[in-house]
Amino acid sequence: MNSDTRATLIKQGAIWAFIAVELAFFSIAGEFLAVTDQAFMDFDNMLLLLKQSAPIGIIALGMTIVMINGNIDLSVGATYALAAIVLLDSMTWPIFAGLGDWVIPVSWALALLTGTVLGAVNGLIVWKTGVDAFIVTLGAMLGYRGLVFMYNGEQPTSHLNWTLVDFAEAQFLGLHTATWFLLGTALVLWLVMTKTVHGRNAYAIGNNREAAVNAGIRVGPHFLINFMLIGFLAALSAVVFYSESGSVNPNDGMLFELWAITAVVLGGTKLMGGYGSIVATLGGVIAIQLLRKGLGHIGAGTETVNLVIGLILIAVLFLDRQLNRRGREALKI
Amino acid sequence: MNDHVPALRLEGIVKTFPGVRALDDVSFNVMPGEVHALMGENGAGKSTLMKVLGGIYAPDAGRIYIAEEPTEMTSPIHAKAKGVVFIHQELSLADELTVAENIFLGELPRKSLGRVDWRKLFAETDAILKTLNVGFNARTRVGDLSIANQQMVEIARALTVDPRAVIFDEPTASLTDAEKSVLFEVIADLKSRGVGIIYISHRMEEIFKITDRISVLRDGQYRGTLETAKTNEEEVTHLMIGRTLDLSRNASHHEMGDVALEVRGLSCGDLFEDVSFKVRRGEVVGFYGLVGAGRTEIAETIFGLRDPSAGSILLDGEEVRITSPQDAIRRGISLVPEDRKAQGLVLGMNCRDNITLPQVDDMTAGPFVSDGAEVAIFDLYRDKLDIRTPGWRQTVGNLSGGNQQKIVIGKWLSMHPSVLIVDEPTRGIDVGSKSEIHNLIRDLAAQGYAVIVISSEMPEVLHVSDRIVAMYSGRIMREFTSEEVTEDSLIQAISGLTGDKVA
Amino acid sequence: MAVLTRKGMGTLLARQGILVAFVLFMIGFAVANPRFIEIDNISGVIRSSAILGVMALGVTFVVIGGNLDLSVGSMMSFSTIVVLDLHDKLGPLLAIPAMFGLTLALGAFIGFLVGYLKLNSLIVTLGMLSAIHGLTLTWSGGKNMDIDDKSGTWFSIFGQGTAMGIPVPILIFALLAAVLGMILAKTPFGRKVYAVGGNGTAATFSGIPRARVVFFTYIVSSFCVAVAGLLQASRSMGSQNTVGQGMELEVLAAVILGGASLLGGSGTIFKTVIGVLILGFIQNGLLLMGLAFYAQYVVTWVIIILAVWLDIAAKRGRLLSPIA
Repeated sequence: MNSDTRATLIKQGAIWAFIAVELAFFSIAGEFLAVTDQAFMDFDNMLLLLKQSAPIGIIALGMTIVMINGNIDLSVGATYALAAIVLLDSMTWPIFAGLGDWVIPVSWALALLTGTVLGAVNGLIVWKTGVDAFIVTLGAMLGYRGLVFMYNGEQPTSHLNWTLVDFAEAQFLGLHTATWFLLGTALVLWLVMTKTVHGRNAYAIGNNREAAVNAGIRVGPHFLINFMLIGFLAALSAVVFYSESGSVNPNDGMLFELWAITAVVLGGTKLMGGYGSIVATLGGVIAIQLLRKGLGHIGAGTETVNLVIGLILIAVLFLDRQLNRRGREALKI
Repeated sequence: MNDHVPALRLEGIVKTFPGVRALDDVSFNVMPGEVHALMGENGAGKSTLMKVLGGIYAPDAGRIYIAEEPTEMTSPIHAKAKGVVFIHQELSLADELTVAENIFLGELPRKSLGRVDWRKLFAETDAILKTLNVGFNARTRVGDLSIANQQMVEIARALTVDPRAVIFDEPTASLTDAEKSVLFEVIADLKSRGVGIIYISHRMEEIFKITDRISVLRDGQYRGTLETAKTNEEEVTHLMIGRTLDLSRNASHHEMGDVALEVRGLSCGDLFEDVSFKVRRGEVVGFYGLVGAGRTEIAETIFGLRDPSAGSILLDGEEVRITSPQDAIRRGISLVPEDRKAQGLVLGMNCRDNITLPQVDDMTAGPFVSDGAEVAIFDLYRDKLDIRTPGWRQTVGNLSGGNQQKIVIGKWLSMHPSVLIVDEPTRGIDVGSKSEIHNLIRDLAAQGYAVIVISSEMPEVLHVSDRIVAMYSGRIMREFTSEEVTEDSLIQAISGLTGDKVA
Repeated sequence: MAVLTRKGMGTLLARQGILVAFVLFMIGFAVANPRFIEIDNISGVIRSSAILGVMALGVTFVVIGGNLDLSVGSMMSFSTIVVLDLHDKLGPLLAIPAMFGLTLALGAFIGFLVGYLKLNSLIVTLGMLSAIHGLTLTWSGGKNMDIDDKSGTWFSIFGQGTAMGIPVPILIFALLAAVLGMILAKTPFGRKVYAVGGNGTAATFSGIPRARVVFFTYIVSSFCVAVAGLLQASRSMGSQNTVGQGMELEVLAAVILGGASLLGGSGTIFKTVIGVLILGFIQNGLLLMGLAFYAQYVVTWVIIILAVWLDIAAKRGRLLSPIA
């Protein structure tokens, strides 16, 4: 096999190998450094891990498609927070007072709508103005966060609806609700990317945009759909998380975009677009969550996690570049 | 198909861009089942004509007829719908998708809910691939295929529409001999199906092997059509280059000094192998060959942009290792690169700053760059090279091609190199400026510079060189002095034919 | 006369459009609330823009060189926390150089990754944003930093002093702008930054050590961040460890507003200063008009998009993009 194929296979397998290494490392290190008595690879612990992966995981899955397109979305964290606020706050709106628990699906719908609309705004701007996605979403990161703060200032927004909390905390067939949402999203997106025209076009556009355009693929609407999709998923993620937690701070979701991008890149998707896989991103999400949990298990705090995640992203970039080197025949530019 | 009606006919096509008449009343036709070569030097208008045909440009005047029906090509998709398909030099494939998805790019068969109808897709693809007799299948990832096979995918893509005309643009540039044979078989097959084929190429050998007619463009004008069986290379070259076939050899004679640059057994992977030559002070050595022959890569290696895998470089008799362009410049080597816009100029900067860029560190008064010294250099070369610009503050991107090229040349002359390499000195430049630059090169030699000129234009390389190195596929085939070189032997050498096959 | 063609007018309008819009805004603000043009207010805006402005100067170098730096906000938090902490442990005379050293080390690391390893600057600096935030949290132990004896030190002079009637932060901003402006416009290094950002390939072909030039743009940027951290620490004599959060976006907004192209190769220190002031005055004007504080973020967002859009539109000659 030529070196290209070999490199691809190494990368695809890499994330799972990495996960295995993490499991081993933290299990062993945990024996010496653990804060609790539980073993790291405890079954319940791993189940919890999946549940905790859901918020960032759902977003990361959406980010995969956006990045395959060759775009990026830095506003997902802010969208997440805004959707959460709409979710929780709308349950207290007077218009819905008579609905009782039926307000839940309504609030869910409103939250999801919020995310979709915010995504559509980004998508439309990218399509119609031609401004690069990273600038558009960088600005939106600020603008949407402004909306978040404008809603309730620096106060948290809270509402507890016990029916909702019960549902969110439930387990079906041994897996938490959140986990089901994560796996469900992964399945749906995997189907979209491997089996639908829209998904295959995403690879085409990211791989060779000119060829795609010349073949008649309409790039603008395609981008719009994908931004709406990730906006929807950011909102879904918020719905899944805050249904249980019941309270959102205006700073929540900060740096989610970083985590999502790290998971996607860790899983092997390339920044330049055209390459990537839903399954691999899922691997990346689990790897990161394992890292967080593992570091927590051996007594490290949030600050260490932030440090490590940031460095891992950089390390992955470096490895990606090493594996892609074209060797001596490249110009030393 | 009606065999007596041209598959494709262009009449009176005119296309102008600001300042340039790219196509001037060009007419041209292709019959069904014929292989029709389109030849011309760089800048003659071939690719512009094809872009008009392919729906990328709209012509300013003239008409296109498909099977004698007047048609307007509004876009590549439209052109394809009308049966006109391109196989480009730069393949337009999506690496990550399968062969089948590439062939049906933009037209994937669908089931409900936007799902791809894979069965139908693979079935139809397999059918097409079968007719082409290829070695790969519909499910292969395109990125895993060789270039030759990727080209086959593009051809297969053409066949999805049962085309009237297929246009090949330099298809054999990266193919081995075996792969070329396969390609020619495919072309023969297309021919037998009544498809009209336009074959754009510089390679005489191939053209005389597979084509039925040859049409020539020069400077945007249609120069004539010849029947392949009834003509020869000389006649074709004559049409391509002009009536006054200025194949005048370089006539000047002057003192030549010591060997300034020597290359021994230099190799760089697959790009070029076992290259050896010498350049003396006062001498112009011309490198002639086809695209992909390895000439530019050799220049880049000497200039420190590539690491050689074997061999050595000697400057003034001393072996050196050149690690970077900075290093090369310090050692007195200058390179006027092939692509002036992408490699030679910072288009957003002004003329003066572009010229002084390599030596900006040396032009300081204290910590600051000395305005006066910079402008002086600009003025000097503006006069020497007759650069037409309203002033040094003019943004280089606004200059004409010829003047831009002069800025690049001025930049490197101002470094007073001992070895000057010029890669395609007059590509895309008007005739007047061309001869200015040729004279300049001769002058430089007279002044004692050691000059290497890389060129794809025969008159140019004959005119300026004292010696000519003919390259083919990464190797030096032959060296000629300016007295002994003939057009025939030169063309044969660069086409891979060795001396014993002289016609 | 080229200006009078339709395309010429469009370009002129787009290029100077920001200035025109700005002038209109200023007039509008002044009319809505006359307090806007009071000297007190104006000098207040300039003073509070100084810290952002200093950071924007450094980022200008990076952007002209064709890269981004999203880490400046969290790096500034780091610098502020570190200098405050070291002030009490080593005394101000040692704390300040120590902080500069550490901040520059961070900048050097980033410069190495982007310049020599040629990694993507967006992702690298995004990752560093998080990593440096982690560093800051570690250093501060999660607590806020406060100088113990606030009146017994001369440290406050940077952020709170005045010299010749002008607040020190403004002086420092102006001085730094002047020095960096000269470096960018008049030294070989500055020329090389423009070349590398304008056409990195051509720069390499001209013998310019591209990696080293990019590396030094990040050194300049981190130096400016260190100065900003010093000003901030000195101004409030105590700080949360998230003080710089979000500033990278405002800095970028200011640089973009000033007309620098995010593709590299264009922009000037002077234009960035204008951009900083424009941003400051717009935010201030909106506040005086009674707009909620956080609405600024939304306005900044709109401004960024508009500014980049108009710049791109002017370059390609048409307003809407040709994306199908």
